[in-house]
Amino acid sequence: MKPIPLLKTAVLAAALALSGGMTLAGTYNVSVDRIRIDAGEFKKTGIGYNGSQSPTVLRFKEGEQVTINVKNNLRESTSIHWHGLIVPFRQDGVPGISFNGIKPGTTFTYQFPIKQAGTYWFHSHTGFQEPDGAFGAIVIEPKGGETVRVQRDYVVQLTDKHPHNGSRVFRNLKMSADYYNRAQRTLEDLVRDSREDGFKQALQNRAMWGKMRMMPTDIEDVQGFAPLINGMGTQQNWTGIFKPSEKVRLRLINSSAMTYFDVRIPGLKMTVVQADGNDVKPVAVDELRISVAETYDVILQPREAKAYGIIAESMGRTAMVRGSLSPTQGYAGLVPRMRPQPLLTMADMGGMMDGMDMGGMDMGGMDHSAMTMSSQSSTMPEDMDHSKMDMSGDMEGMDHSKMDMSGDTKAVDHSKMDISGDTKAVDHSKMDMSGDTKAVDHSKMDMSGSAKAVDHSKMDMSRSMKGMDHSKMDMSGGMAGMNHSARDSKIGEFYAPGSGLIPSAANGGKFLSYNDLKAARPLYRDRPATRTIELRLTGNMERYIWSINGVKMDDAAPIRLKYGERVRFKFINETMMSHPMHLHGMWSILDTGKGKWDPIKHTVSIAPGTTVYTETEVDATGQWAFHCHLSYHAEAGMFRKVIVEGGPA
Amino acid sequence: MKMIYLPAVAATLASIIGAPAAAEPIIWGFQAEQLEYRFMDGEDAFVWDFDALAGSDELRFVWRSEGEIGESSGDFEGLENQLRLQMPISTFFDSVVGIQASTPDGAPDRYNAVFGVKGLAPQWFEIDADLYVSDHPFFRFEAEYEALLTNRLILTPSIEMNMPLKDDAARNQAAGGPTFEIGARISYDLIDRAVSPYIGVNYERAFGGTSDMLRAAGEDKDAFSIVVGTRIMF
Ligand SMILES: [Cu+2]
Repeated sequence: MKPIPLLKTAVLAAALALSGGMTLAGTYNVSVDRIRIDAGEFKKTGIGYNGSQSPTVLRFKEGEQVTINVKNNLRESTSIHWHGLIVPFRQDGVPGISFNGIKPGTTFTYQFPIKQAGTYWFHSHTGFQEPDGAFGAIVIEPKGGETVRVQRDYVVQLTDKHPHNGSRVFRNLKMSADYYNRAQRTLEDLVRDSREDGFKQALQNRAMWGKMRMMPTDIEDVQGFAPLINGMGTQQNWTGIFKPSEKVRLRLINSSAMTYFDVRIPGLKMTVVQADGNDVKPVAVDELRISVAETYDVILQPREAKAYGIIAESMGRTAMVRGSLSPTQGYAGLVPRMRPQPLLTMADMGGMMDGMDMGGMDMGGMDHSAMTMSSQSSTMPEDMDHSKMDMSGDMEGMDHSKMDMSGDTKAVDHSKMDISGDTKAVDHSKMDMSGDTKAVDHSKMDMSGSAKAVDHSKMDMSRSMKGMDHSKMDMSGGMAGMNHSARDSKIGEFYAPGSGLIPSAANGGKFLSYNDLKAARPLYRDRPATRTIELRLTGNMERYIWSINGVKMDDAAPIRLKYGERVRFKFINETMMSHPMHLHGMWSILDTGKGKWDPIKHTVSIAPGTTVYTETEVDATGQWAFHCHLSYHAEAGMFRKVIVEGGPA
Repeated sequence: MKMIYLPAVAATLASIIGAPAAAEPIIWGFQAEQLEYRFMDGEDAFVWDFDALAGSDELRFVWRSEGEIGESSGDFEGLENQLRLQMPISTFFDSVVGIQASTPDGAPDRYNAVFGVKGLAPQWFEIDADLYVSDHPFFRFEAEYEALLTNRLILTPSIEMNMPLKDDAARNQAAGGPTFEIGARISYDLIDRAVSPYIGVNYERAFGGTSDMLRAAGEDKDAFSIVVGTRIMF
């Protein structure tokens, strides 16, 4: 008799325990409002959540069942998409794909379980409301509490507030794609280039770009914005308070419409512990690039009782914002001078030139195919034989110091890379890291440990390249299989070799690379993908048309996936711009060659001239959006609907 | 004949206007390359040259208007309005079809069908090449180049050639006798690219038979002017 009630109790207890997470339930209210925005440099009307330009932060707990009432106080429809959250597709908040949107004056109630932890964000997926200000942050506490104990925990949400509203920006871009590019090459640049390279060379470079009708300065489509941290500009100086030696967690979120930021805190190392909401093996860096829609959590430990600046420079160096970490309010970190503007090189044109007649260029029969390095060790491979490199044609005595890889890149100097023939262990510190951005220096090419496959096949050598000297090139470290021949090497690099976008830390230190990201805990068992879907990122810069595989959203059939399969996406960036690609509803496992330790992301930036692979376990049925997260690229057509067929409804 | 094409045009229109809510927005805008006052030897003149456009990436409707009003007389020395359809034919070029009405004061009206191409040639030359077809056909070629002195101070040299393909005595135009107009304007982007005031020079000259006909009519074969105006884009 007795065992039965006991069993009953046990069953009841077990049921309670099982539903334990779900008994935690929270209700949240968010209003969508027309607001007045003070961006420091200008004031404008925009859209904000809960009537404020400082982003609303929603704090959830893993395992919680949330109910979010979204009241639309606008005179137009709206929507909220929970960026990076794994939710049932009807809760994903994309009008026309997951639901019908939220009509003016109505309240829509989202309800979903929180099945993850970390830093995320939310934003409107309707029209240009997100560029107009409709975004906020999400912080989810893990079930067992934060794994990294810190004394201070701050959201640092970046944005690029533009004086023009989104629809006007878009219309202007369509009218004239360079409408907002105020960093174009001018007569002044031509004069300077002529002085440095000679008039003929400068003109030739100009002509090369002119032939393509491209600009080496097309890094940021939309300039003229005010970058903000948590809704505040440099003067308004968002400040996070700390006491010396306290550990501080910053949850960096890039909510920009169009702007990649390079973030650093001079005087402090940032230890990256999370990327896109997923914990990664801690990696200490001096600076990192945060693509649009990405998040990075970093831990800092300021020891001195002084104000440290949180510096975010736009990737194209057209704007900068400074916030502060300070022992008290009112102290501001320094505002450094913005670094010089980078220029795209022919390497960034890699994909575009395939189909173009580059008549003026003489490649002189260059064949790197025999150049292979297989050694994982930190010594120069014994069997590396440069003599197999066929350098016939115009290559006269290979000397990298004369190599000109671009229209506007000045003096690519490899000769400073120090290595003598019989050096076994090469010290990277001998590399010249001069701050001169004009000199494209291969030392900035990260060829050390993590570089898995350097693909030189896309390297473009303009006619001026008379010779190459690889003998002086330092190829040390554990370069696992440097492959100069395979165009579609398995992993590829995250920047095209010789790209003008390759970042370097302001203090010469460590700059975070995707290669540094290693999942702290694998979310999925590693298994081979069932198939590969090729997505060429395409566009017409002059007409401001952006597309995938040459087709805009309006004309494209949806991508169909099968529940339970694992697909491999092959992104080939054929444009000259970086595209942060975001898949809704499911994770994107970024292939960095680490197998089950590959980082798990929701947004993956694809740099120009590169091929990047991600894999997705198709574990969410329904209809999902898949798009470039640059607002105006998505609107112009770089967008796909994904339909997952089968699986539980 | 024309009626056959109307349903097709209507369908295209409907597909643009009746597009679903999620579709790309319709693009519209106004772009005046020239809106200027010309100081000349003879009568000063007010001159414009603008496009007003609406449509999509695939099809744009353009109203192009060019005119010249004599300062003292108030007469339209030139007045030309076109309705054009622009469709992409390559990465950088559109094809153009349309109709043109040329109705200046003191000359007979002319109506033409327009066939042309418009786009961006290598080295950033903006090109318009149009064939005007009627009893009085002619060919027009326009090219413009924007040289950035700085990112806001822009020198824009331009050239326009009109080549009559048949004599049109009433308008002093002889087959094979071209008229050239060359100009250079220095503009400054005052408000974004929306308002860019400029100063510059403009020179027109007729050649061949057209020049002879102008001389016979007692008119100058060439005209030089200093221009002050503004470019407008919104
Ligand atoms: Cu994009």
